[in-house]
Order: sequence, then structure tokens, then C-alpha cells
Amino acid sequence: MKYVDEFRDPRLIRQAADEVRRLARPDRHYRIMEVCGGHTHAIYRFGLEGLLPGNVELIHGPGCPVCVLPMGRTDDGLALAELPGVVFTAFGDVMRVPGTKGSPLEHKARGAEIRMVYSPLDALKLAQGHPGKHVVFFAIGFETTAPSTALTLLKARQLGLGNFSVFCNHVTIIPAIRAILDSPDMRLDAFVGPGHVSTVIGCRPYEFIAQDYGKPIVVSGFEPLDVLQSLVMILRQLADGRSEVENQYARVVPWEGNLPALRALEEVFELRPYFEWRGLGFISQSALKLRDEFAEWDSERRFDVPGIRVTDPKAAQCGEVLKGVLKPPQCKLFGTECTPERPVGALMVSSEGACAAYYHYVHRMAAAGSLEG
Amino acid sequence: MCLAIPGKVIDFVAETPQLAVVEVSGVKRQVNVDLLRDEPLGPGDWVLIHVGFAMSRISAAAAEEQMRMLSMMGEDLQAMEEIEGYQFGQDPS
Ligand code: SF4
Repeated sequence: MKYVDEFRDPRLIRQAADEVRRLARPDRHYRIMEVCGGHTHAIYRFGLEGLLPGNVELIHGPGCPVCVLPMGRTDDGLALAELPGVVFTAFGDVMRVPGTKGSPLEHKARGAEIRMVYSPLDALKLAQGHPGKHVVFFAIGFETTAPSTALTLLKARQLGLGNFSVFCNHVTIIPAIRAILDSPDMRLDAFVGPGHVSTVIGCRPYEFIAQDYGKPIVVSGFEPLDVLQSLVMILRQLADGRSEVENQYARVVPWEGNLPALRALEEVFELRPYFEWRGLGFISQSALKLRDEFAEWDSERRFDVPGIRVTDPKAAQCGEVLKGVLKPPQCKLFGTECTPERPVGALMVSSEGACAAYYHYVHRMAAAGSLEG
Repeated sequence: MCLAIPGKVIDFVAETPQLAVVEVSGVKRQVNVDLLRDEPLGPGDWVLIHVGFAMSRISAAAAEEQMRMLSMMGEDLQAMEEIEGYQFGQDPS
């Protein structure tokens, strides 16, 4: 209960936590996956696990885009960065992701032309301002960011901009959830659904989870109270024997999603037949690539991308952690060879990655506590 | 990239109506509002911004909540850095 007092409405938090405890049957163990890395971050940041009874277990899902990107894709992107005349651009989250020969930031220190951008439109603007260079944008993210890349590509085409292309690593959340549901070592009771992805795709695409797999899913906001309320909604469904899609985050997420965003995705992208997810392996129709009409702006078609495949170090257990089979500190490298300062796996890079979140809020606090004591 | 930043629409950019000037904690920047073209959007409305694009219209109360949420998560500085970092609506320097 150490964080409760700093919440906006501690009384409501306690009520919701009590309700979770009341609804969780003592003779049952509940395994609930929060799909989105933003939730993982919030859960550790606010110590929410400490408010739950021991038989309600939260499993951290695959919803952190940099965490599920295979190292080979980073290497491929960095191979583009080494081509003469190319300026490689990426979001800040990508800059520290380790490739085989170091992160984009380390490549930059060694002289590669690498620029951090906050928006794909900034990469486009850079291309407009440097006609003698070719700007590659390393696109990454779920449906939350993919429409932004789509609109940027539409603008590039409208401008007839010849010195800009996108190295597309966008992935889609639904096939990943399906892969997890089909995975033999996964035993889940319900899902906390992603918040911001759902502003784009809406709630309908989750219906198969409830209908075909009989599992509740509640799309949730990110505040401590949101997450607890979503857990209450899930446990109520389980108590009633229902499995439905519910929207706890209706103040932001429209049931139908964002139609212009979906139209832009449809116009610019098509599904790849398959794509590799770090830790989850190849998942069919789980990632986006540019349609033929946009071939001119597709880095993978304009350049010789090496198509590097790297297997993660044997001792790294990112896959097991991603699937929720292991908790972060159960990985042999956790906190020793793998730390946020020197990450081995991507789960340690982003603050949304389960290992980094655990490291910052649980491991370090515990270490500080033992130093004080 | 996964940050959702609440901003208040101040004005639209005359020549490019898909761009709007939004204000986040006193900082004004242009963001792309093309994805909200299906709904009425005007000065005074609040939006949630991802990587330079307004992705949803929200109430003033939800915007305030989101800002507090970012500061509770220790991500408010990062959010301001992102907003200040958007270059596409700035004059070339
Ligand atoms: S501690 Fe590092 S190597 Fe181990 S699972 Fe986490 S990110 Fe992967």
C-alpha cells in the first residue's frame, strides 16, 4: 500500500482494491494479461501488484513495440544508415535499442548520419530541406503510430518527394493476442485491453477473444484507478460466467475507433504474410508493409536490405518474459549482465518493457531499502 | 513514441487546414489534425497527440487527468520535450 496516498483519490483506490479482493474467489488463481506496455509501466510505477490479492496475477504482454522487434531488424535499419548519402531517422525510443554492432546512438557516435525525430513528419521535413540526401524513417509501433506513418507517406507522394523512404516495422496487435491465446504454454483467464491502440482500432476487433476463446477483455485507461476498475470489471465477468468486450476507457476510446485513421492504414499498407516477433517467433499476417503504389517510398524496395537474422543470446529469456511464462527477475541476466544502462534484451530498453519497469520500480527500490536497513 | 499528450486547439493554420496550433502547458506547436476530420473540431477543443498527430478528441477533464497522469508517471518532461521537438510546423532554420 506504499503508493496509495499519492494517488488522486486514495479512497476510490482502496474501494476498488477491496472490490477486487471481494470478487476474487480464494480457491481460484487468476492470470490476467495486460497487453499494453503502457499498462505494464503504470502497474510497476504505482505498485499496483501490491494492492492485489496473491491469487490475482498480472502477466505482462507483448504490447511494447521496441521490445518485440527482432534485433535483425535494427541491424537492417542500421545497415541502411551506413549507406552513403543516407540520413537515418527514428524516434527516441529506438535510439538506444541494441543492434549486433551497437545501438543507433552508438552508430551515430561512430559517425553515421542518424537523427532522432519526434514525428514522422519531421523526417519528411528533413528530406525536403536536404535534397542531396536520402532520408530513411525507421517506422515502428502498433496501430497508435501507424496512421501517422501512413499520412506522412501520403504527403510524400503528394509532394513527389524522391529522397524519402520508410523502413516499416509496424505491427498489429490482434494477431499477437491470437498467437498468445493459441500458445500451448499460455494459461490466461482474461485481458486488460490496450488503451491508445484502441482509439484507432476501436473495440470490435477484440470480439473474437470473448466469442471464440471465451475470455473477457476490458479496454482500460492508464491511471491506477482505471486499471483497478478494469480488473473489477474482469472479475465480475468471470464471476458471472460471462466473456465480453467492455470499454472502461470510453472517455478516450470510441467503440468504432478512428475511421479516418483506419482508412489511411488501408490505403497505404497491406499485411505482410508473416513477420518475426522477438520472443514470440513468426506470426502470420501480424505486420504492415507498404502497398505497391508506395514502392518508391519503401526503403526495403529501394535499397538492398541485408535481411539479417540474429538469435538472442541463449541466457537471455526475453521470450519467456514476453509470454508471461517468467517474471523479469527470473531471467538469469536480469540486473547483472542486463540493466537499463547496458541492455542485452529490448525489454530492458524501453520504460514500457517489463524488465526495465521492474528494474526501475521494484529492483532498485528493494536495493535502496536494503541499503537503508 | 507511446506518449499520449493532451493539447488544446488554439487555431488552425490558414494555408494548411490539416494543421492546427495546439497549446500544451503554455507551449504552442503545430500538430496534424487530419485524423479528426470526421468530427467538428474548433478552437478550445482538447485532443490527445501521438507523434505529432491528434488521434482523438477528449474532454477538458480527460485532458487534465492525462496531464496529471503523465506527471505521476514521471513522463511530463519527456512529453514537453516531444512537443517542443516537433519541427514540421516550424519555419526552416
Ligand atoms: S533481463 Fe534482459 S535478457 Fe533477461 S529477459 Fe529481460 S531484457 Fe531479456
